[in-house]
Amino acid sequence: MEKILSIKDLRVVFEDGFTALGGVSIDIGKNEFVTLLGPSGCGKTTLLRCIGGFEKPTSGEILYKGENIIPLPPYKRAINTVFQRYALFPHLNVAQNVAFGPDLRGEDKKKTAAEVERMLKLVGLEGFGKRKIASLSGGQQQRVAIARALINKPDVLLLDEPLAALDLKLRREMQLELKRIQRESGITFIFVTHDQEEALTMSDRIAVMRAGQIQQLGTPEDIYNEPQNAFVADFIGESNILTATMLRDRLVRFLGCDFPCVDSGFGENAEVDIVLRPEDVKLKPIADPVANVPEGVVETLLFKGVHYEMKVRVGESVLLVHSTHARAVGTHVKITIMPEDIQVMHKSETSPDVLRKHAERAL
Amino acid sequence: MAKKLRKAYVGLIMAFLYAPIVMLILYSFNNSKSRAKWGGFTLKWYRELFADEAIMSALGTTLSIGILAAVISTALGTVGAIALFQMKRRPRQAMLSVVNLPMLNSEVVTGVSLMLLFAMARIQLGYVTLLLSHVAFCVPYVVLSVMPKLRQLDPNLAEAAQDLGATPLQGFFRVILPDIMPGVFSGFIMALTMSIDDFVVSFFTTGSGVSNLSITIYTMAKRGISPKINALSTIIFVCVFVLLIGINLSDLRKDPRSQDKVDKVRIPY
Amino acid sequence: MKRNKALAVPFMLWAAIFIVVPLVMIVWYGVTVEEPIPYTEIVQEDGTTVFQLEDGSVTAVRPQKKTVVSLSNFRRMFEPTYLRLLLRSFKVAIITTLICLLLGYPVALILTGTDFKRPALWLMLLILPMWMNFLLRTYSWMSILENNGILNNWIASLREMLPAFDEWLTSRGVRRRIIFLYNENAVILGMVYNYLSFMIMPIYTVIEKIDKSLLEAAADLGASPVKSFTRVTLPYSIPGVLEGITMVFVPAVTTFVISQLMGGGKVPLIGDIIQNQFGKSSDWHFGATLSLLVMVVVLAFMGALNKIDKDDEPVKEVRIL
Repeated sequence: MEKILSIKDLRVVFEDGFTALGGVSIDIGKNEFVTLLGPSGCGKTTLLRCIGGFEKPTSGEILYKGENIIPLPPYKRAINTVFQRYALFPHLNVAQNVAFGPDLRGEDKKKTAAEVERMLKLVGLEGFGKRKIASLSGGQQQRVAIARALINKPDVLLLDEPLAALDLKLRREMQLELKRIQRESGITFIFVTHDQEEALTMSDRIAVMRAGQIQQLGTPEDIYNEPQNAFVADFIGESNILTATMLRDRLVRFLGCDFPCVDSGFGENAEVDIVLRPEDVKLKPIADPVANVPEGVVETLLFKGVHYEMKVRVGESVLLVHSTHARAVGTHVKITIMPEDIQVMHKSETSPDVLRKHAERAL
Repeated sequence: MAKKLRKAYVGLIMAFLYAPIVMLILYSFNNSKSRAKWGGFTLKWYRELFADEAIMSALGTTLSIGILAAVISTALGTVGAIALFQMKRRPRQAMLSVVNLPMLNSEVVTGVSLMLLFAMARIQLGYVTLLLSHVAFCVPYVVLSVMPKLRQLDPNLAEAAQDLGATPLQGFFRVILPDIMPGVFSGFIMALTMSIDDFVVSFFTTGSGVSNLSITIYTMAKRGISPKINALSTIIFVCVFVLLIGINLSDLRKDPRSQDKVDKVRIPY
Repeated sequence: MKRNKALAVPFMLWAAIFIVVPLVMIVWYGVTVEEPIPYTEIVQEDGTTVFQLEDGSVTAVRPQKKTVVSLSNFRRMFEPTYLRLLLRSFKVAIITTLICLLLGYPVALILTGTDFKRPALWLMLLILPMWMNFLLRTYSWMSILENNGILNNWIASLREMLPAFDEWLTSRGVRRRIIFLYNENAVILGMVYNYLSFMIMPIYTVIEKIDKSLLEAAADLGASPVKSFTRVTLPYSIPGVLEGITMVFVPAVTTFVISQLMGGGKVPLIGDIIQNQFGKSSDWHFGATLSLLVMVVVLAFMGALNKIDKDDEPVKEVRIL
């Protein structure tokens, strides 16, 4: 993978002393789709604004093709941004908006006009050139903003929650559209969102952020299946997070029983967190011969369309279970989990919070 | 019945507001020495008005001060509004209260305070002090009318321009200014009318024979009634009338969608 | 991208020079008076005159007045002559404000209703006279009401045409030329005429903004038109009424133009005294003291009406330049 952007130990401390970024490092490759994912206030937008040049980092480096671009103002960076509320210029029409960059550079009008048409075609807005911005729908404005950025042929496009203002159906459509545009244009996309589903659908790699730090960087599959700590596990998808004891390699104890698992290297009798995805928790009738497994009682049952969602009480804990097979409330069940479905994680600073949150579900 | 009564009431108030003006206009064409009696139609008061050097020079002063004050205060007020807008909340609120003071204060106080300022600075009262004073009381109105437009701005607009390669100054002239233009323009119109209409502040801050229309009318009215003033009123009223109707008509034409909301007549107040 | 602070500097400088310093000047002049410096004149042997001050020092220049801090002008303000004028100013301004409110509120209310097809156009016509020079507006009433004015001439013509009417008027002791001008009522008329629109505008704006569905909801819940007015429209229109009151009261309490033109100098108000102090009487210090009083009263009045600008913009900082 050819590196295009390399961020090294970037720190941003605001005037009021708030640390927005606490030393972030990430390498981004050519034609990669990287998503910065995290709850609001995690620093993802600050990181994006640093790359765009709208925020001055307190320390650290942003290397663009090997050169530190921190001293450059935004208008001297070959990087373009699609803003959250699009920031289209209301007094210009669609074509004038798109032509803004080339016009500033004093490029040939005819060439620009042709290029504008090409861009509008790319984003699916052919023939919209003369339209007023105010007459466009949210999705159309979104596309104009993308065309306006892409016409400058940036190597990197920054997108700050560009889909947040759209309704669910349009958002799904635009997710596919953005992915297509990114593939066709061959541009690196850095995409900011707080929507984990969006991140999983679109990205080549995801950086999960919290409190100014990257918690985990990896492919969507990595992040979903092997979260490195309780925070990531909790943030990505629905999950059961429990505290457990790693008895020895490949054997972990939780809910009062010992489970074989595939993880090793945590030492003996180590305190760990485990994450169980709701669809991986299997319920068996109480009469099933399987032995040495936890037993529980179904407390709630909800039909969710493709599956049933159940809450099963096991002693002090409550497990969230997704299954295509409904079990009536009050049914006693046995619980089984396959070794490869148990994800063991080191305890981290966020585990107490996450565990508390999950424990409250039991009340 | 009740509806007719209500309409009649509004009609009565309109009559109260317009009757004196209609009288003025009528009697500006009155060919009679004893002013209040009707002595036939004439245009001689208009001829005399245009021949009156004092009035004509006052008109010139009013217009030149009005335009200069409006241009300067619009520039200063727009820059000021942006500066205020970019401040942090606390200092911005503090500054806003200071800037609003001339609008809240009565005109007499503003006039007196500026006069004392010029006295302290040992500036001879005259055209320059008149202009400075007009700029002083117009700027807050410009700030007032530009501020809401800034609040409506997309917060990322300036950044978007720079992101696309515009320097901050280019971004301002190509993106921000066109967008806040309605506010800037109505600030300009407000400053212009405030300046042209002003009497009290001008009264305290002019000198050395420099006199605007308001001051000239004041001196003449104190001496007694003159049909020349009637003629002047008529001309001013017609100008204002045409101007306001024009502004509203051009608004209607500009925005085709306003057909369904013809009610939104603009009053640049 | 740092916020551009350089932009704020010239503006703040301007605000300091043309807003803050002038007001400080008023305060300074207001709390000081000029006193003559006592001295004795000594003719010297060579015929020249020198001046000896109280402390024994001698100077060749005749000592001028000196400025000393004193609150004597505040005491002077409460002398019966001035106190009477102050009270009259307030009386006239309050009466004017009340009349404007009583006349203007119904207009605003009717215009926001459904009686007129294009209420905004009517509103514009109501405001239009305000765009004519304020002195000309006042002058128009002078030409109607003066002793030899239009109204008196009309009445005279009527008397000629209708002898019975003439007799009736004469029997009631009405003069040939009725004096309409140069009294308190004329001043109040001039003020109401000039400031009525200031009352209508803000009330109209506020009532127009009331969500019509509120009134429908009130009607739906069984409120009579009177009830929905007192329960919905009236309380919602209070901010407009307060603004209108300020916009009428403040100029009314400080004007000197109307009192001089309509009152002919016979009904002096506080504004007239201030104007006098900077003209004929030329006691700037006393004038400043009165201005200070006016300023404090006006600002306190507005503070009481909660008029001080509310900063309703977002907390988030935005950069433009």
